[in-house]
Amino acid sequence: MSLPKPVMRGLLGKRLRFHLPIAFTLSLAAAIAFKYTVTEPRKQAYADFYKQYDATKEFNAMREAGIFESVRPSGE
Amino acid sequence: MLRLVSGRVSGLLARRVTPAVCTSSARPASHGHAPDVSPAVDMSRPMYWDRRDVPLPDRPFRDELSAGDKSLKEKEKGSWKQLSNEEKIALYRLSFNQTYAEMKRPSAEWKTVLGGVFIFLGFTGLVVWWQRVYVYPPAPRTFDPEWQQKQVQRMLDMRVNPVEGFSAKWDYEKKQWK
Repeated sequence: MSLPKPVMRGLLGKRLRFHLPIAFTLSLAAAIAFKYTVTEPRKQAYADFYKQYDATKEFNAMREAGIFESVRPSGE
Repeated sequence: MLRLVSGRVSGLLARRVTPAVCTSSARPASHGHAPDVSPAVDMSRPMYWDRRDVPLPDRPFRDELSAGDKSLKEKEKGSWKQLSNEEKIALYRLSFNQTYAEMKRPSAEWKTVLGGVFIFLGFTGLVVWWQRVYVYPPAPRTFDPEWQQKQVQRMLDMRVNPVEGFSAKWDYEKKQWK
């Protein structure tokens, strides 16, 4: 019943050598996934919105709706 | 001399130690107790415990050995290959009260816990219902459907979040939701 002596040293190092590459890879993958599923579409959405954006037209529409206090709708 | 009548105290390594009420304790209770009171445990002597997280207690379970036990202990000092399996188990039971398997045995306590949780959640629901009927004041006028309609219209007029959010979902030409 003589068992081999268990490993007593280097346990943290062994764990780190195993887990750190995985941790870094997964973090990188998460960041890349976030970039291409969230930030890039968002940047594109903003670009598309402002491509056809007429500030004056929008302002006049808002003015006519009566939400401003500095300029009232043109009728009044 | 430290004496403890009941319950738990801080002991070893600032952990909580629940002493097993153990018949082989070296110091028996002396005065007349009420029938349900367990004998006082002398906390200044080494103690025995059955714990999953702290494995090796300060003393063996049985430290008052009979003659047969003593001879077994002598035999233990020789080669263990000469011990039969029953003797090995007897030696284990001298040192320990419960095995890890016995300590880790599952219980039905979780049903009680979950049941109690649900009972109290249900009771709380009844209390909240009663409060809704008898305590709450009337809702503010901003909750009226007419007010909410005007609120949505004003948000659209202000072009709230026109790129990806609220107003982006409204079609301003057709005057309807996309």
